[in-house]
Amino acid sequence: MSLRKNIAVSDSGFVFDPSSGESYSLNPIGTEIVKLLQQGRSNEDIIRDLTGKYDVDDATLERYYYDFIGMLKQFNLLENGE
Amino acid sequence: MSKIKLKLAATGLNNTDNPGPGVPVIRSIRESGTFSMEVVGLAYETLEPGIYMPGITDRTYMIPYPSDGVEALLERLEYIQSKEKIDVLIPNFDAELYTFMKSSDRLEKMGVRTFLPTLSQLEERHKSNLPRFGKKYDVLVPKSKDILSYQDIEKLREEFEYPLMVKGKFYDAYLAYNEEQVRMHYNKISAKWGLPVIIQEFIRGTEVNVVALGDGTGQTVGAVPMRKQYITDKGKAWGGITLDDPAMMELTRHIISKTHWRGGMELELIKTTRNELYVIEINPRIPAWVYLAVGAGQNLPEALVKLALGMEVKPFRRYDVGKMFVRYSYDMIVDLPRFEQLSTLGEVEPEKSFKSI
Repeated sequence: MSLRKNIAVSDSGFVFDPSSGESYSLNPIGTEIVKLLQQGRSNEDIIRDLTGKYDVDDATLERYYYDFIGMLKQFNLLENGE
Repeated sequence: MSKIKLKLAATGLNNTDNPGPGVPVIRSIRESGTFSMEVVGLAYETLEPGIYMPGITDRTYMIPYPSDGVEALLERLEYIQSKEKIDVLIPNFDAELYTFMKSSDRLEKMGVRTFLPTLSQLEERHKSNLPRFGKKYDVLVPKSKDILSYQDIEKLREEFEYPLMVKGKFYDAYLAYNEEQVRMHYNKISAKWGLPVIIQEFIRGTEVNVVALGDGTGQTVGAVPMRKQYITDKGKAWGGITLDDPAMMELTRHIISKTHWRGGMELELIKTTRNELYVIEINPRIPAWVYLAVGAGQNLPEALVKLALGMEVKPFRRYDVGKMFVRYSYDMIVDLPRFEQLSTLGEVEPEKSFKSI
């Protein structure tokens, strides 16, 4: 799972898709996830990282995580076929 | 290096909510590193803002409407040329291009150079001819049909699905969901732009645009793709952003190379959800949002002037992605004598020569 290569993500959570001209604003957790995706980290890896770091149970995190990934897919921000 | 002196004439000074490209074209060339310029504005209406905007035109002359014919225009331009010695003229309206193209040899004899598409290039990219254009050059285009009467409207349901686009031959485009709406738009468009009215298949997707310049040999001198971010109720861009889209660039280069396009152009494209690019219009001139391309690193109007003067122009290799433009409206205060002089004499001097009454 990785973010499309030309997507720009700033530290403030501003995401710019240069292919469509669309931009999005993320909260700090969203920014953290997107930056990890940008590094090419797997979903399992990211979920493990986040559960260790935040006070949240596995099931809840997983549900919200895949919901967020679905949103990234819908906005065509992930590499094709992912 | 000293700058080359240039006297430029331009039309399209109507910087309104449906803006002509004249003001951004002049502004772009004024920022040129090559030319030191004096600008002669050519106006159809006395209230075109570019006449009065500081730092845009140095002098403005009224010219006759294209509907008055080639002779009327040439007669007027001969008079203007006797006073001004214009080097290069950039027409900026679709509706006047034919007249200027027909006049280009006579203009050249007067010492006025242009850099325009050929008549066959102008003709084959016409909205009515788009299906043939698509087939000839292997590009995706929507199904289109000319209509000339109410009877044609009734027959549309045999060939098209609603909604569909109803377009004027030069300007205006409306979406129609049923026959009644087609009739309404047909009346409005035909009264303004004449016949035929063009019916086009409605392609769902995002509208994207490219401004480009062809040197007439098939080479693309420059091209910048853009998506409108803020659209007025007239469908005009009030804000936009440059894109990184190799497919749009490839399509632009393909069209310019196959047609040997000469001059400025604007491609209006629809990008579908399957990432197909449909050409919905090819405008045979620089668009009003060209200053975005200049801001992104490609001064296409300056390059067009160089081509008109026969100077060597190296193709632009890059532009900044994510560069935005945001338009604004602004009220100018104009002293009556300037308006009076233009209305009565058909020409107006620079502001400094006027005193308030």
